[in-house]
Amino acid sequence: MARKDLLDLASLDRSEIDHLLEQAVPFKEVFTRSVKKVPALKGKSVLMLFYEPSTRTHSSFEVAAKRLSADVTNFDVAHSSVVKGESVRETVETLQAMRTDYIVVRHGRSGLPAMIASQTKASVVNAGDGAHAHPTQGLLDAFTLKEVFPEPEGRRVLIVGDILHSRVARSTSKVLKKLGVEVAYLGPGSLLPRTCPLGIPRFTDYEEAMRWKPDVVYLLRVQMERQEAQFFPSLREYHRVYGMTHERLKRIEDAGIWLMHPGPVNRGVELCDQAMDYSRSLINTQVENGIAVRMAVLYWLKPREG
Amino acid sequence: MTGTLGPDDIAAGIEALAKVIRERTDGRPIALVGIRSRGDEVAERVCTILAEDDRELDFGILDISLYRDDFAHLHENPKLQGSEIDFDLNGRHLILVDDVLFTGRTIRAALDALSDYGRPGRVELAVLIDRGHRELPIQPDYVGIPLETSRNDHVLVSLQGTDGEDKVEIKEKTEP
Repeated sequence: MARKDLLDLASLDRSEIDHLLEQAVPFKEVFTRSVKKVPALKGKSVLMLFYEPSTRTHSSFEVAAKRLSADVTNFDVAHSSVVKGESVRETVETLQAMRTDYIVVRHGRSGLPAMIASQTKASVVNAGDGAHAHPTQGLLDAFTLKEVFPEPEGRRVLIVGDILHSRVARSTSKVLKKLGVEVAYLGPGSLLPRTCPLGIPRFTDYEEAMRWKPDVVYLLRVQMERQEAQFFPSLREYHRVYGMTHERLKRIEDAGIWLMHPGPVNRGVELCDQAMDYSRSLINTQVENGIAVRMAVLYWLKPREG
Repeated sequence: MTGTLGPDDIAAGIEALAKVIRERTDGRPIALVGIRSRGDEVAERVCTILAEDDRELDFGILDISLYRDDFAHLHENPKLQGSEIDFDLNGRHLILVDDVLFTGRTIRAALDALSDYGRPGRVELAVLIDRGHRELPIQPDYVGIPLETSRNDHVLVSLQGTDGEDKVEIKEKTEP
């Protein structure tokens, strides 16, 4: 069954997640051809509505939509009437009149994409809302993990950093748990959730976390723009305690552990320079897979008729 | 009309297809590209026969779901299985293979899809069954079984590898 919107992963069942992950495979195959484009969404329009800055997610969705032959319009919030005080509701009414078929939304407030979805016939894709969800990130992480481990059940992923404010941690943990992957968190006590409904082990000590024997270390980005730095003494201190230092990189290399990061990377904070060239780094693969997964999502969603 | 074709008819149709391709291509290098689903199985079975000869022969599978202009956006999008074309098709002599040729719209979509992989030197069309009623200027080069049908008939093909049995059913459409 196709859905109208993709707002979070909690509302998808296992078969829908499996379907999307399977469908991303033929879309990735398109990238290897001489023409990296298919006419599946020819004549459809995709509107990018980003109330928060994002280069990666924005361009990934834009490339995905263009490779499906959709027309992409960027609703440039910084230059729009939003700065003149237009409410989100009025903006959506305007967009509805433009008869756009898909709206990709990012907003700092949790639940805003759901509000937009309820007011429009267009399919809405949540590209990140507050600390709530970032479903396509979760799907692309699951897809990337499945490429390395075709049978991911029982594999262990250690997510490191600010778990509390991270929608990436939330969405990615959710989808990995649905696939039977074991997830654990590592971070400063002030940035770990006090309770974990999914029964996820929490570590504050790096050594202790490594004894849990992860197959993948997933580093979260320290979000400077959200003043996360106030939760720990200094960036250098963060790097020393939780970062992928040169010495830790050697250890994970010996143990054959894979490295993931949602990007963009803060060098010298989450990871050292050498980690960028690490042979088991999946960071660039995540970028490529992000496009394939977003193509699969846009192709799967069905805007309401009329 | 209504009727049924059985395993012998289908085996004979595939044999006929292989025979005429063999005669007319005369040992030159060719590549068979089957259209999902069932065109790939027809292509594979024809390939198995042609492989008895000492000749250059490639095989590929084309999924045209992303190129369809008919049902794709009316209902649910078809499940993608992906294409598998592992050879360079630039300049090659290709034979597109499908199970049934009807309106010609599938073939139009397949030609669009093929051109995104490169520029073949020549493309021909082979079909197990030609049931007529074209809506586009597309004609087959090789036909296994010519079948007379009316525009509203349903031609339902089952193949051993895909469906577990070789069978063709021709049913008169009941509703208008």
